[in-house]
Amino acid sequence: MNTRALLLAGAAVTAFSSAAHAERGAQGQLNMIFWQAPSTLNLYLSTGTKDITAASLVLEPLANFDAKGDLVAKLAAEIPTLENGGVAQDGKSITWKLKDGVKWSDGTPLTAEDVKFTAEYCMDESGGCAQAAKFTGISSVEVVDPLTVKINFTEARPYPYSAFVGGQAPIIQKAQFQDCTGERAPTCTQQNFGPIGTGPFRVTAFRTNDVATFEANPEYREADKPAFATVNLKGGGDSAGAARAVLETGEYDYAWNMQLAPETMGQMVAAGRGDFPTAFGAQVEHIFLNLTDPSPQLPEGERSTVAHPHPILSDIKVRQALSKAIDRQLLTEIGYGETGRATCDVINAPEAFASNTQDCMAQDIEGAKALLDEAGWTVGGDGIREKDGRKLQLLFQTSVNPVRQDYQALIKQWWAEIGVGTELKTVDAAVYFGTDPGSPDTINKFYADVEMFTDVYEGTDPGTFLAERACSKIPAPSNQWQGENTGRYCDPAYDALIDEMGETSDPARRAELAKQMNAMLTTQSMAMLPLTWRGRVSAVSNSLAGFEMNPWDTELWNVADWTRAQ
Amino acid sequence: MIDKAQETARNEAELIRETASNAPTPAAGMLPPDQPVSTVNTTPASRSQWRDVWRQFRRHRGAMVALVLFTGIVLFVTIGPYIWTIDATYVDIRARNQSFSAAHPLGTDQLGRDMLARLMKGGQVSLAVGLTAMLIAVTLGSLIGILSGFFRRLDAPLMRMTELFLALPLLPLLLLMVTLFREPLSQAMGPGLGTFLLIVTAIGATSWMQAARIVRGDVLGLKEREFILAARSIGTPNFRMMTRHVLPNVLSPIMVAATLGIATAIITESALSFLGLGFPPDFPTWGRLLYDAIEQMQMYPWRVILPGIFISLTVLTVNYIGDGLRDAMDPRIRGR
Repeated sequence: MNTRALLLAGAAVTAFSSAAHAERGAQGQLNMIFWQAPSTLNLYLSTGTKDITAASLVLEPLANFDAKGDLVAKLAAEIPTLENGGVAQDGKSITWKLKDGVKWSDGTPLTAEDVKFTAEYCMDESGGCAQAAKFTGISSVEVVDPLTVKINFTEARPYPYSAFVGGQAPIIQKAQFQDCTGERAPTCTQQNFGPIGTGPFRVTAFRTNDVATFEANPEYREADKPAFATVNLKGGGDSAGAARAVLETGEYDYAWNMQLAPETMGQMVAAGRGDFPTAFGAQVEHIFLNLTDPSPQLPEGERSTVAHPHPILSDIKVRQALSKAIDRQLLTEIGYGETGRATCDVINAPEAFASNTQDCMAQDIEGAKALLDEAGWTVGGDGIREKDGRKLQLLFQTSVNPVRQDYQALIKQWWAEIGVGTELKTVDAAVYFGTDPGSPDTINKFYADVEMFTDVYEGTDPGTFLAERACSKIPAPSNQWQGENTGRYCDPAYDALIDEMGETSDPARRAELAKQMNAMLTTQSMAMLPLTWRGRVSAVSNSLAGFEMNPWDTELWNVADWTRAQ
Repeated sequence: MIDKAQETARNEAELIRETASNAPTPAAGMLPPDQPVSTVNTTPASRSQWRDVWRQFRRHRGAMVALVLFTGIVLFVTIGPYIWTIDATYVDIRARNQSFSAAHPLGTDQLGRDMLARLMKGGQVSLAVGLTAMLIAVTLGSLIGILSGFFRRLDAPLMRMTELFLALPLLPLLLLMVTLFREPLSQAMGPGLGTFLLIVTAIGATSWMQAARIVRGDVLGLKEREFILAARSIGTPNFRMMTRHVLPNVLSPIMVAATLGIATAIITESALSFLGLGFPPDFPTWGRLLYDAIEQMQMYPWRVILPGIFISLTVLTVNYIGDGLRDAMDPRIRGR
């Protein structure tokens, strides 16, 4: 009976749909569920995507990435480029012009001072800003006039859109946060839980790790937006429960970040109340092969360092064989279904940078066996290959995650077919992805032969991401195991390409370089084995219109345009 | 078989004797020569305490049913793999998510692994972990409980230590143990055995406290009883006092603690696997099977129900067996 009443009401409202559209706050409440509850709304103090996403209801950057990965101006009047003079010819500065007449939700105007303050806030060394990576290489931020701000870089930067671009680096209000800089930042609870913003909504209540409520910002620059009067953001639970709340019970309109088995998703969509929009960005599940020796016989401090090459995996034939034995399409189908695509490339998006390599797609067990025979590994008595008294036995670690454990089981079996013994190990995600240099189980320490995780890059330009494979970025005791080059790949020719990439600003040439580097990492060296290009998935009810899945920025990038579907 | 009437008569005679001695009748061979009771016991008609317990135990219907079921489970996981020889970790991708069939009597999981084989294999690990961890916990718990109840001087330090352990958060402690010892142990003994030792020690070392407190309480009460005084007056040394008079009388609470301990250990092990601190993912255990299946519970309920049934059945049967044993070993309610 309830459903019928709702349907009738829906039919009645359809008649007024165009009228309802043109008024701020006319469409009631927007219900969102985040199964990882936001813990703060000051994303400069948190690396959690949940916090960044929630904060983007309130705070806005100068420009966002849209669903295709192109820049769209938010608080900026236009995107600065070389052509319009916004980006300096020498690449050492970028000048942003703000939109005229933008007001904070307390009624005061947004000025260039706020932008400058935000940079100072995050670049304060004693503050421990979580988004500091967005602000690296900035020498100063100058206020040219109240609506113009110039960012100077320490060296020429071919891709200058990092600070104040995207949901990770929005503008905060100087008046509110000026007493909260440096070490005082985490103590300003009231400010951190209720930032004043320029976005479509403003905070009415925020309970950390629980519920947050928002209302339409009366000062928002577009008079007819947002369509919703209030937002109720519920946190907690698990991914499946959140998906059910949207797709089966219909209590919520939007659930963020779904990680579900393909069968479960299919069953939920079949109920017909909504869908799982998926967008493919920069997330790729990889196998990393350790090119250095992780043997526990080595003294601590020498394990998994370049001083000792890996006794088995240093041979490229073994790496090729391991790759050939994997059926990437089957893995992806079982683990991710519609929300993943099998891939042979490290860089799959944006379109211009993608190589679309296909030569690893077909599984070739016989070919893999032949390669191992060629490399001198002969099958021993127990079915595991041997060479010079050493068994072809590998330790394969990953985080605790049902999909990853399925991947492990399948890969172990395929490798067993070609005579490679695999010992599996799982580590709690908090430890595995942690940065504690004292823990032996982190991805950076890599005290295993093979490991698997998803590598991802920010923004749409893979330049910095590809530069992470430089010889100088190899984690070692000397840098507190902090480098990003987990696989310990090192090739001077590749380093030369990194340098060239750093000096090239022509997009076509950058794309060409990226493809070349992608080939070096994958097909040419087999240092990384990309498996699955993962999409970003959320659950969205049919009753919500205007949602556009965005793999490059916060999913709420266009929340001002969301409306109630009629 | 012994004649029924004869047996009943002898049982009654024995009961009268026991009531007189006020302590469980010990095995004839173990008795010290200066015990007057022993002369009565060496008559050919006498039987050991354990046969007596067994006679009593048989009368407890629930316990007998539980014993049969538990033996069944043990046989299922030990003998089963020799009859049903499919490898529990073999991935057969074409046979994914199958329901009950001749080829796979209990169906297959999301990777096409045979559920029957996985349940057998998983049971071996779960039962071994449960029993061993329980043994460790109960041994440790009763030792500490008896010592602290019997010797007044040890009481305070041992009980403070028990409280200290009770206050310790289990998970961080386990995390620390796993981080420190997993790698050296799995190198020394292989990943399976190393993790097994680590897990049973970890669970055992963190779950003995309840047993210790219960036992201490009982020992304190027992110490004031007349038969203890009598034993002391004839010069029984402390060690013998504990093994002969105290331990047999606190056996029943220990039994109860032990049966509950098995259940806790099986469940703790599954929680550990879930956190990546337990066995490697290619070692199926009942707990892991359960957790693996939860996500697809709606579509494949049997994958949750089957390991769930095995865990609950084990816990229930062990509890019933413990209950029966407790009744059978308590001389005060024997014969009811």
